Amino acid sequence: MIYNFKTMPKVKINRERCKGCQLCLIYCPKGLIEKDKNLNKKGIQPLVFRNGECNGCKFCAIICPDGAVEIYK
Amino acid sequence: MEKIYNLPESLIDVSTHYCPGCGHGIVHRIICEVIDELNIRQKIIGVAPIGCAVIAYKYWDFDCCEAAHGRALAVATGIKRVRPANIVFTYQGDGDLAAIGCAETIHAANRGENLTTIFINNAIYGMTGGQMAPTTLLTQKTATTPAGRDAKLEGYPLKISELLAQLEGVAYIERTSTDSPKAVLITKKAIKEAFQNQIDGKGFSMVEVLSPCPTYWGLKPVDAVKWMREVMIKEFPLGRIK
Ligand SMILES: Cc1ncc(C[n+]2csc(CCOP(=O)(O)OP(=O)(O)O)c2C)c(N)n1
Ligand code: SF4
Repeated sequence: MIYNFKTMPKVKINRERCKGCQLCLIYCPKGLIEKDKNLNKKGIQPLVFRNGECNGCKFCAIICPDGAVEIYK
Repeated sequence: MEKIYNLPESLIDVSTHYCPGCGHGIVHRIICEVIDELNIRQKIIGVAPIGCAVIAYKYWDFDCCEAAHGRALAVATGIKRVRPANIVFTYQGDGDLAAIGCAETIHAANRGENLTTIFINNAIYGMTGGQMAPTTLLTQKTATTPAGRDAKLEGYPLKISELLAQLEGVAYIERTSTDSPKAVLITKKAIKEAFQNQIDGKGFSMVEVLSPCPTYWGLKPVDAVKWMREVMIKEFPLGRIK
């Protein structure tokens, strides 16, 4: 199957808002969220979305305690 | 590209003071989502507690009031009786609602006040540094039970929802959780029902939300939600109680 990443939902995590709790990381059913190597201004490693087969389930946004997740399609 | 997930309008778009992985932030957001969906933002009045959520009104873009420790339901009773057309809710932790405010809670519920209460059960006092709450589990270590809560010394975890469900004035009580996205969606549905009951004049409604306090449980946020699933929910079973 060929995936067209251009039309797939995209998750944007506000890196300065993120507190690095990693709840989005453990609940993403596709494993598309990972820790950033660079620290944010809070001094923690924020989470980042890596492009992939996002199915738009919104689990990351629903569990985020900090309202740091936006999803686009 | 179109945004398919937006923060609710009632939620002020700022960083909160809560610790990483704290459940308060999740519940703040879903309350705002429900308020937007029910289109009651112009009518809502929230009563904030004493506890980590003491400045909840800094994150909510609607009218709010602050109550002394434990007295949120007494303050809310006054507001609702003077302004019955408003929708009034309290947001309270377990120290606030079930310890110092136990009397106010029981009597407001028993009077069947037409109010909505969101009760955040994190089994500990967060704001003051992790002391035992009435809802602390047996063997759970806290600042005041360093060897773990012992029933002989400190009694048993207080099931305030089950207690309140006995009272005639109570219309609706449900216990939900925030340990997973699915649990958060169930919590949102319950909160919506609790607000709808007030709109329909049904009487006192409360949603007890199990919520992680990773900081004073001494766990990483991802381990805290695991602990909730494996231990806490066994002591505080989820579902509709009344
Ligand atoms: C009259 C009074 N007594 C005691 C306190 C100290 N105090 C502040 S918050 C708190 C407990 C908060 O715990 P909880 O309601 O569970 O909320 P959390 O911080 O866990 O969200 C206590 C005892 C106070 N502020 N006022
Ligand atoms: S102390 Fe606990 S309840 Fe308070 S903000 Fe931190 S995690 Fe949340």
